[in-house]
Amino acid sequence: MAEKFLSGDEAFAEGIRLACPEVISAYPITPQTIVVERLSEMVEDGSLDAEFIHVESEHSALSCAMGASATGVRAFTATSSQGLLYMAECLYYASGGRFPIVMMNANRSTALPWNIYGDQRDSLSQLDSGWIQAYAENAQEALDFALMSYYIAEHKTVSTPFMVNLDGFILTHTYEQVDVPTPEQAKAFLPPYETENRLDLDNPKNMAFSAGPDTNYIFKYKEHAGMLRSVPVITEAEKKFAEIFGRQYTGLIDTYLTEDADYILITLGTIAGLSREIADQLRSQGIKAGVLRIRYMRPFPTEEIANAVKNAKAIAVLEKDISFGNEGAVFTNVNSALKSQGVTAPTYNFIGGLGGRNISHTNIIDIFEKIRKGTERVNFIGIEVNQS
Amino acid sequence: MIEILWLGRGGQGAFTAAKLLGASYATKEGGHSLAFPSFGPERRGAPVRAFTKLDNSPILDRSETEHADYIVILDETLYNDSLLSLLKEGGKVIINAKHTDNSDIIAFDGDSLAKSLKLPVVNTVMMGALSGVSGIVTVEEMQTAIENYMPVKIREKNQNAVRQAVQEVQK
Repeated sequence: MAEKFLSGDEAFAEGIRLACPEVISAYPITPQTIVVERLSEMVEDGSLDAEFIHVESEHSALSCAMGASATGVRAFTATSSQGLLYMAECLYYASGGRFPIVMMNANRSTALPWNIYGDQRDSLSQLDSGWIQAYAENAQEALDFALMSYYIAEHKTVSTPFMVNLDGFILTHTYEQVDVPTPEQAKAFLPPYETENRLDLDNPKNMAFSAGPDTNYIFKYKEHAGMLRSVPVITEAEKKFAEIFGRQYTGLIDTYLTEDADYILITLGTIAGLSREIADQLRSQGIKAGVLRIRYMRPFPTEEIANAVKNAKAIAVLEKDISFGNEGAVFTNVNSALKSQGVTAPTYNFIGGLGGRNISHTNIIDIFEKIRKGTERVNFIGIEVNQS
Repeated sequence: MIEILWLGRGGQGAFTAAKLLGASYATKEGGHSLAFPSFGPERRGAPVRAFTKLDNSPILDRSETEHADYIVILDETLYNDSLLSLLKEGGKVIINAKHTDNSDIIAFDGDSLAKSLKLPVVNTVMMGALSGVSGIVTVEEMQTAIENYMPVKIREKNQNAVRQAVQEVQK
C-alpha cells in the first residue's frame, strides 16, 4: 500500500484502476468529471488495460456499459445529477437484465434552479431502480467501495448493478490521505468476472427479452430476492477485505455511541463525520448523543437501524433530500423500518445541505437541541418558518 | 486543529497551495489534513477561496472553516477589514503586499520574490511565507509535497521558492 494525498474522485479512479474493468463508458459532468478524466489518462498511459468509450450522453453511457456487460466483461460508468436522471431509463434495464455494472455517482442537486453543488436528491430519487446504493463518507471508503462493489455486484447469487455515491465537492473535490492498495492485493481480493449471463456463440440464448403478465412479476420477484441476497455477500466481502487490506467495514450501517444514546442522529454521507464530533461535544456536557450512518440505502438496513436505535428517546434523520409534498426519502424509509420492528420513539426529519448549502456545527447542535424538546415532523435547517 | 483560509484569484493557484500545504503536513508522522476549494467552477480572475485543515488525528469535520488560525491572501485587492472577524483569537493574516498600515497583518512581498524566481504566480511563495511565520510545516515537508504533486517541469523552481520565502519572511 502507498499513502497518497487524493481527492474523492481521484481515490475512486484509483480503486477502479485496481478493479480492472475492461470497458469504461462515460460522459463528463461536474463534480464527477475528474474520475473519468483520471481513468482516461490511465487508459492512455497504459496503466489500465480497458476500452474507454466516449459517448454522446449519459443515456448512451449506461447503454454502452450494458452492452459490454452482456458480453461478459466488467464495465464501469460514472455520472451525477441531471446525468443520472437522463440515464434513468437505462438504470431499470441494467438491473432488470441483471448486469452487475458499477457506477459512481457524484451526489449533486437537481435543476431548477440549476446548481452544480452537492445534495442527494439525484440518487435518492432512484431508490426504486433496482440498483444497490452505497454512500461513502471519505475518500478511503470511496476507494474501498470501488473494489468491494464489484465483488458484491458480480457475486453469482446477487448479479445486481451497484451505485456508489460520493457527496459532490465535499467528498469528490476534497483532498485527504488515502492508502492505495497494490494491484497484487486487489487481485487477491477481487476474482475475475465470470458469468453465464452473457452472449455466447457456443451457448446461444435469448437475453434482455420481453415477459408478459404471466411471468413478468417472477422476474421482478427474483430481482428483489437477488438484491436481498447481497446482505450476506456484503458481510463476506468486508471480511475478506479486512483480511487483505486491514480495514474492517461494518455492513449496512455504521454506529457511533448509539448503544446507550438517548438522542440519535441518523444520516448518510460525509456529514456523519461532523455529527460524530458534535455527539462527543454533547456527551462532554452530559447529553447522551449518538450517530448512525446509513452506508447502504439499498438493500435497506431495516433490522440493523431498528436494533441500533431501539432504546433512544428521540431520533433525528438528517438528509440532503426532500420529496416535495411529503418528507425526505430517507426519513420515510427509516420510519417504515422502525414501525415494522416496533420501535416507537419519536422521529424528526431535518432537511439540509440542499444545493450545496453548508451544514455547520451550530446546525447539528440545533438538531440535537430540537429533538430533545420536540419539534416539527419535518424541519428545514436554516429556514425559520413553520413547515407543517 | 489548525485551519487556514486561502484567498486568491482564479489562476493564482490558491487551491494548489491549500493542497500542497495539506500534503506537506500529511508527511508528518501521525499528521492528518484536508484541503478543499470553495466549491464551484473556477473562473480566471474571480475571487477564489480554499481551505486547509491540519490535525494530529483524523479530521471528521468537512464543513467550511468559519474561523481560521491563518488567512493567507495572494492578491492584496481582496483584503478588507471584515476578514479580521474570520480569525480565531490570536490568528494571523499574511498578505502578499509590500507593506501594510495595520500592525496585526503580516505583509510579505510575494510578487517581488516570485518575479526574481521567474515564477508566474505567488502560491508556493506565500505557502513558504506561512510556513516561515507559523512553523506548521518545514521546508523539507513542503519540498516533498512539491516533489510528489507538482509537474516535473516546475518542481525545482517551486522547491527553491518555498525555501527562499521562509528565509525572507524570517529576516
